Amino acid sequence: MALQSLDIAARSATTTPSPSARQGFEVAKLIDISKCIGCKACQVACMEWNDLRDEVGFNHGVYDNPMDLTDQSWTVMRFSEVEPDGRLEWLIRKDGCMHCADPGCLKACPAPGAIVKFGNGIVDFNQEHCIGCGYCITGCPFNIPRLAAKDGKAYKCTLCSDRVAVGLEPACVKTCPTGAITYGGKDDMVESAAIRVRDLKERGFANAGLYDPPGVGGTHVMYVLQHADRPELYADLPKDPQIDPLVSVWKGLAKPLAIAAFAAVSLAGLFHYITKGPNEVSKETEKEFE
Amino acid sequence: MQRDLNDLVRYTPGERLNHWIVGISFILLGLSGLALFHPAFWPFSMLFGGGTWTRILHPYLGVLMAVAYIIMLIRFTRLNLMTATDWQWVRNVRQMVDGDDHNMPEQGKYNGGQKLLFWLLFWCMLLLILSGVALWRTWFHFPVEWVRLAAVVHSATAAVMIGLIMVHVYAAIWTKGTIRAMWYGTVTRAWAKQHHRGWYKEVTKEG
Repeated sequence: MALQSLDIAARSATTTPSPSARQGFEVAKLIDISKCIGCKACQVACMEWNDLRDEVGFNHGVYDNPMDLTDQSWTVMRFSEVEPDGRLEWLIRKDGCMHCADPGCLKACPAPGAIVKFGNGIVDFNQEHCIGCGYCITGCPFNIPRLAAKDGKAYKCTLCSDRVAVGLEPACVKTCPTGAITYGGKDDMVESAAIRVRDLKERGFANAGLYDPPGVGGTHVMYVLQHADRPELYADLPKDPQIDPLVSVWKGLAKPLAIAAFAAVSLAGLFHYITKGPNEVSKETEKEFE
Repeated sequence: MQRDLNDLVRYTPGERLNHWIVGISFILLGLSGLALFHPAFWPFSMLFGGGTWTRILHPYLGVLMAVAYIIMLIRFTRLNLMTATDWQWVRNVRQMVDGDDHNMPEQGKYNGGQKLLFWLLFWCMLLLILSGVALWRTWFHFPVEWVRLAAVVHSATAAVMIGLIMVHVYAAIWTKGTIRAMWYGTVTRAWAKQHHRGWYKEVTKEG
C-alpha cells in the first residue's frame, strides 16, 4: 500500500531493482478445502475489513453468491458437486488471488508501480497508479483481477497487506470458524499442509495433496485438495497454471526486439544519407526545364 | 497558391488533408502506444495527460485513424496495384538504394517500392484494427485467449508499421523535392520526369 516500503521484490513496468533492503520473510495463506463448510464468513469478513459492498444480485439457484469475483468481491466461494469416485462430493473452493511468486499481472502491467510484489510474497495493486488498461487480467493465469466500472481501476485480494504489515492475519483467516484457512510463514504452511495431507490419505483420499503450482513459481495462497491429481474438479482450478507464452512474448522478447528494430532503421537511414547522399534530380534533366 | 505555373499538381487539397489526418493520428497513436508498450517510453504518457488519459485516448485516436485511413485507401488503391514492371523495380531496388536509378524501369505515379509499402501498410492497418478492438476493454469483452493473441499481434504489427513509416518518411527526405507534394501539392516538371517518367508523360501528354 505504501511506496516507502523497503521490501519490494518486484514492481510493474520498472527495469531497475526496487527498494529491497529488508530481508523478506515469505508468508502464505493455506486453505484446507477438506475443512471448508461453505459458510461464506470469509466473504463477509473480506467485505467488512476492506469496506466493500457488492450489489445485491439475484439467486441463480445455486449456492454461489455472488456468481463471480467483482471489483467489490475479492473472494468468492465456488461450489462444485462432483462424483470423482462414483460418490457425490461437494467441493467448496474459496477463490481469489493466489499471490504468485511469478505474477502474470505484474509482468503485463504497463504502469510503473501500479502492481508490486512485496518481499513477503504479497502481490498488491496500487490503484492510484493504475491506468485501467486491464492488462493484469490478460496476464493472470487464474482470471482474478476485475476492472471497476465506477473508477476504471483494477481490484483484487490484497492478502490484507495492510493487516499483515502490522502483524495481523488476513481478515478471512481471522473469521474462518472451522480453521480451514490458516496463515503464517510459507515454510510453516507447507509443513502443516503435509501433516493434513498425510491425515487425509489415511482417511481414504489417496490423491490428497498440496496445491502450490510450480508453473508460477509457487503461490502465497495454497490449497489442500482431497483430489490434488484433479484440481479441475474444484471449479476449474488450473492443473498447471503458468504465464501464457503469448504474454511472455508480448512482455519479454517483443520489447527489446522492437527497440532494436527502431534503432536499426533510424541509424540505417542516417548512415545511408551520409554515405550515399540525397536522391536529386540529375543536372541534365534540370537543364531541360530551364 | 501556385508557385510556378509549370509545376505539376500531384495531390489535391483533399488528398493532402486526408494524408495529414492519418499522419498526425499515426504519430499520436505511436507515442501513446509506445508508452503502454515499454517502460522506456512511459514518459510519452505525459504528453497525453498521464497514464490513464493515454489509455483512454489511444483507442479513440485509433478509430479516427481507421476512418481516415479507409478513405485514403479508397482514394489510392487503384493507383497502387502492382504490375510486372513494379516487381522488376522491387527486384532492382538495391541499385536504387545505392543511388543509381539508371537501370530502374519507367515508373507511373508510384514506383514499385511505394506500392509495396502501400500494401504492407494495408496489412498492418487491418491487423492493428482487428487486434485493437479485442484489446479495448472499455467497450468489448473477448475471451482472454483472444486478448492475449491480440496483444502480441497489436504490438508486433505496430512495431513493424513504425519501421515502415520510418522508411516512408526517410524516402521522402532522401528524394529531394518530394515533401512539397504533401505540403502544397505540387512538384517540378524535372522532379516528375526524373522519378516518375510514366506519370510525367501521362499528365503532360508528352510522348
